[in-house]
Amino acid sequence: METKKTSLFNLHQKYGAKFVEFAGYQMPIQYKDGIIQEHKFTRSNSGIFDVSHMGQLFIFGDDNLTEDLENIFPIDLKKLNLNQSKYSFLMNKEGGIYDDLIITKIQKGYLIILNAACKNQDYKIIEEKLEKKYAMNLDESLSLIAIQGPDAKNVLEKIIPNSNKLRFMNGDKFYFKETEIYITRSGYTGEDGFEISIKNENVEKFVELLIENGSKLTGLGARDTLRLEAGLCLYGNDIDQKTSPIEANLKWAISKSRIEDNYPGSSIIKNQIEKGVKKLRVGIKPKTRVIARGDTKIFNGESKEIGKITSGTFGPSVDCSIAMGYVDNIYSSLNTKIFLEIRGKKIPANICNLPFYKKNYAKGGTNV
Amino acid sequence: MSEVKFSKEHEWIKLEGNIGTVGITQLATEMLGDIVFVELPDVGSSVEKDGNAGVVESTKAASDIYTPVSGEVIENNQSIVDDPSKVNSDPESAAWFFKLKIKDSSEMDSLMNREEYEKFSKESNS
Repeated sequence: METKKTSLFNLHQKYGAKFVEFAGYQMPIQYKDGIIQEHKFTRSNSGIFDVSHMGQLFIFGDDNLTEDLENIFPIDLKKLNLNQSKYSFLMNKEGGIYDDLIITKIQKGYLIILNAACKNQDYKIIEEKLEKKYAMNLDESLSLIAIQGPDAKNVLEKIIPNSNKLRFMNGDKFYFKETEIYITRSGYTGEDGFEISIKNENVEKFVELLIENGSKLTGLGARDTLRLEAGLCLYGNDIDQKTSPIEANLKWAISKSRIEDNYPGSSIIKNQIEKGVKKLRVGIKPKTRVIARGDTKIFNGESKEIGKITSGTFGPSVDCSIAMGYVDNIYSSLNTKIFLEIRGKKIPANICNLPFYKKNYAKGGTNV
Repeated sequence: MSEVKFSKEHEWIKLEGNIGTVGITQLATEMLGDIVFVELPDVGSSVEKDGNAGVVESTKAASDIYTPVSGEVIENNQSIVDDPSKVNSDPESAAWFFKLKIKDSSEMDSLMNREEYEKFSKESNS
């Protein structure tokens, strides 16, 4: 299968991108400055991310749609206000995760942002569960751009007036070149920021303006180190069809009011909430600078294998090696000493709090 | 002038008497990206030509370091372990990896000079 390009491919090239294939797309892993500089610039100023490979699924319908979607997603959609977003999951009947996603209530329906590698399968699953009763569109005519970092609100405000009035996890319609765009205040870096859904033909001009106003293109490499410092899961690494949201320590994303209801995997999730889980996702800090990459085995002090790393990297803002993984629940408490087997050696490490990096960012439209 | 030679694995070795200083090339660092971790062979250990002699990790991946010639490690550069970013900023000088007492100087003959290395890199890159 031929790899796809996003509408920003030429712009990425112009700014010296190195490309990798990701989920069938040619995506920039980094630009000239490199991953660490791009990461730090996002934390100190702002970074622009092309995430157009992600799925933008629109579903249109009336109150029945809300009812039907609640049979799919474990959140209280009836309480979702217009333009409000929530993090949720598409789950299998074992409580495993097909995909993690952001669902936003829009006029006459919902917008769901899906992972690139999962979007086509998600579409089929959702279409089948909704019995083709509603108009659905996985819209390829739209690009998706994120701008993240403490300066994101100022940079975006210069191009899109009033965008900084958006509240965290809320969106709205705006106009760029007399064309409608949709902006939500959200992101995947632990920083304040926005995601902008915009017509493919306008995205290059839009991103050029963000750059002219002081932001910088940032690749998938820095996106990964930023999200890992922020303790956020990467689908396919940290969560998948064999892990439940409870095991992934994402219980907060399941609406309390929905725990007794029916949705895929609901009985297993209810059981896990009541009785606990065998394994749990935790933060892990190796005692040296060595990187603990995915699949690294985790041991206790008696050399018994107790789990596996799912993501690991060097955290540029915390200046140390950081990782996430799953351990047997009895080893999941803070500061538990564990060992990581890396190239035949047992490296000491500690269970630690997530996120590794925390910043107090604007939750509201006003500057807090 | 001391002799500098290059391996196909993108290591350089500078020969002074029977002591060789080994590091990785500028091109290697460009391919690896930001280096965040370095593991060096222990002083006193013996390393075999083309054998494993350490690890570098970039934000993207881990890569083995190979020694271009055999010998006994007599010194390793702790400063790049403490600050791996030095490997990106000065790979062919201050950020050397280890020094070794060369076992068989004829092993140097199989390595490339700078001109040959640059030609090799261009060809393997295209």
